[in-house]
Amino acid sequence: MAIWLTEDSKIIVQGITGSEGTKHTLRMLASGAKVVGGVNPRKAGTVHEGLPVFATVAEAMAATGADVSVIFVPPAFTKDAVKEAVDAEIPLAVVITEGVPIHDTTEFWAYATAKGNKTRIIGPNCPGIASPGASNAGIIPADITTPGRIGLVSKSGTLTYQLMYELRDFGFSTAVGIGGDPVIGTTHIDALQAFQEDPGTDAIVMIGEIGGDAEERAAAYIDAYVTKPVVAYVAGFTAPEGKTMGHAGAIVSGSAGTAQAKKEALEKVGVRVGKTPSETAQLMREIMQSR
Amino acid sequence: MDLFEHQAKELFAEYGIPVPRGIVAHTAEEAHAAAQQLTGRVVVKAQVKTGGRGKAGGVKVAADAADAEVKAGQILGMDIKGHTVHKVLIEEASNIAEEYYFSFLLDRANRTFLAICSAAGGMDIEEVAHTAPEKVAKVPVSPLTGVDRARAREIAQAGGLPERALDGAAELIEKLWAVFVDEDASLVEVNPLILSADGQVKALDGKVTLDANADFRQKEHESYVDKASEDPLEAKAKAKNLNYVKLDGSVGIIGNGAGLVMSTLDVVAYAGEAFPGQPKPANFLDIGGGASAEVMANGLEIILSDPAVESVFVNVFGGITACDAVANGIVSAFKLLGDRGEAVTRPLVVRLDGNNAALGREILRDAALPGVELVDTMDDAAKRAAELAAVGA
Repeated sequence: MAIWLTEDSKIIVQGITGSEGTKHTLRMLASGAKVVGGVNPRKAGTVHEGLPVFATVAEAMAATGADVSVIFVPPAFTKDAVKEAVDAEIPLAVVITEGVPIHDTTEFWAYATAKGNKTRIIGPNCPGIASPGASNAGIIPADITTPGRIGLVSKSGTLTYQLMYELRDFGFSTAVGIGGDPVIGTTHIDALQAFQEDPGTDAIVMIGEIGGDAEERAAAYIDAYVTKPVVAYVAGFTAPEGKTMGHAGAIVSGSAGTAQAKKEALEKVGVRVGKTPSETAQLMREIMQSR
Repeated sequence: MDLFEHQAKELFAEYGIPVPRGIVAHTAEEAHAAAQQLTGRVVVKAQVKTGGRGKAGGVKVAADAADAEVKAGQILGMDIKGHTVHKVLIEEASNIAEEYYFSFLLDRANRTFLAICSAAGGMDIEEVAHTAPEKVAKVPVSPLTGVDRARAREIAQAGGLPERALDGAAELIEKLWAVFVDEDASLVEVNPLILSADGQVKALDGKVTLDANADFRQKEHESYVDKASEDPLEAKAKAKNLNYVKLDGSVGIIGNGAGLVMSTLDVVAYAGEAFPGQPKPANFLDIGGGASAEVMANGLEIILSDPAVESVFVNVFGGITACDAVANGIVSAFKLLGDRGEAVTRPLVVRLDGNNAALGREILRDAALPGVELVDTMDDAAKRAAELAAVGA
């Protein structure tokens, strides 16, 4: 079992003909994911890497039965690409693109909300979602882990890979990279809720980083609703105030958004927080071994 | 990027928002000349990108041009919370009847924009929001509907602004929304927003944060970059398209992916606690997914040109990038740096994990580069890098 992405998921790629779109379409196919087509209005009707290219998301869905779109278009066009996916009411849109202006993300989120949130949006600036052994929508390397019963939700791509790799002997139901931007579609809380409800997930790894208060709100949610064991890791204890650390959302503003505050909020509700990624993996290892 | 007050006000003026007349001065003499061009008393204001400058003595009223020169001489060169004052804004003093607060900002938690308005401005708004939250109106603003004159007036009313200020405030707020949207800002703040004795609503201060992700469609924002205060290493890194932040420790850090690099800094600082002098990370440097030889060479060059660096920790998890490519990148980087006459003289601790890690390690072992050590895990590698920095110091 998995959340949001299963072996039956049919994936299309918006921006399939670009270099990133092409590269990762091939990687997804190689991992066994069912990529069924792509979208590029200027190349509609052509075949790219053996897959049909459509003018719109709606046409691609009608022709292929796709229910997931992975978006690789450049930042300037991301807003319109997401709105198009929302208009087509595709169940899941995964926005990989990094560097989307904050006004654009806020606008497409408002647009999706006004349309009743029929499309789950993951990202932007994220590695996507992978259900090992079943499907892979995005850029998460398929071969670093195995299928299993741990769920993972993370703001960071490489830390996701690190934990998936360290815990490859237990394996994962689904790993969701929600992205490091200040405004994102799917949140830690959304993933925690889905993992809690997923019979295929026994325990949850949550990775956060400085900036905003998403981890604090996730802690409150865990306290109220999550009965499965959760271990966490927070990056950015040494980040200086007012400096953006790589991810657009990773910034400590005054006394808000610090790693220390997030760690304390999580520990207060009984979540064990690792001091390093490896120690976090070890905490999860102990939980899985004791089951 | 945060703007200086004078930059924010120049931007406001372009959008027709009333601001006091003012001139920027970099020396006391320039301040004298500026005050002569203005009318009446002037205010000499330190231009620093931090709050609390008034309390720090960075804002002074001057009676005339001679006095402005004296006050500017006192303020220029001051250190305000680690920011050196390189310039002052000489501004005509306003006749203030009332002070309000106004801002538009991004509400991360609710994934929307927020207008914050209060008749209790001019002081620490966070303090007011804490002690008397009913005096601070927080009004969500949808990017789909925005703020027109009528909406602006409602917000001003919600903030408790008096009837006589509403027309002026509504006009100003509407224009401020245009600044917020058209300039791709994540914050525009006016504190205080004033009602002058002659009934005009004006922006007496201005704070603007611009979204770097929008630089591709905001070409003119480049001109706002504060070259004088930019760290020379950060400037050099930026010119080479490297994502680098200078810190004050002695362990140079190179990694791939923002989260992993942030984590690497923490793990090094944590490991450093056990060694003499408690070595800390010297920088943040994310070389991203590609990690080509050239990027690795540029990264190493920047880090090694920091004299505080005693050891370097290269921490790579091969996800999309395979570790053999990274190892080859390191080997080529050593050669490239040698050719540039900048041979690597400080120890390098390398941890490779993930895709093709064994192959990558083999390449580095065979290359036998001087000072390069391979360590299997991130935690052990961080310890070794901290230890080497402690020995080198």
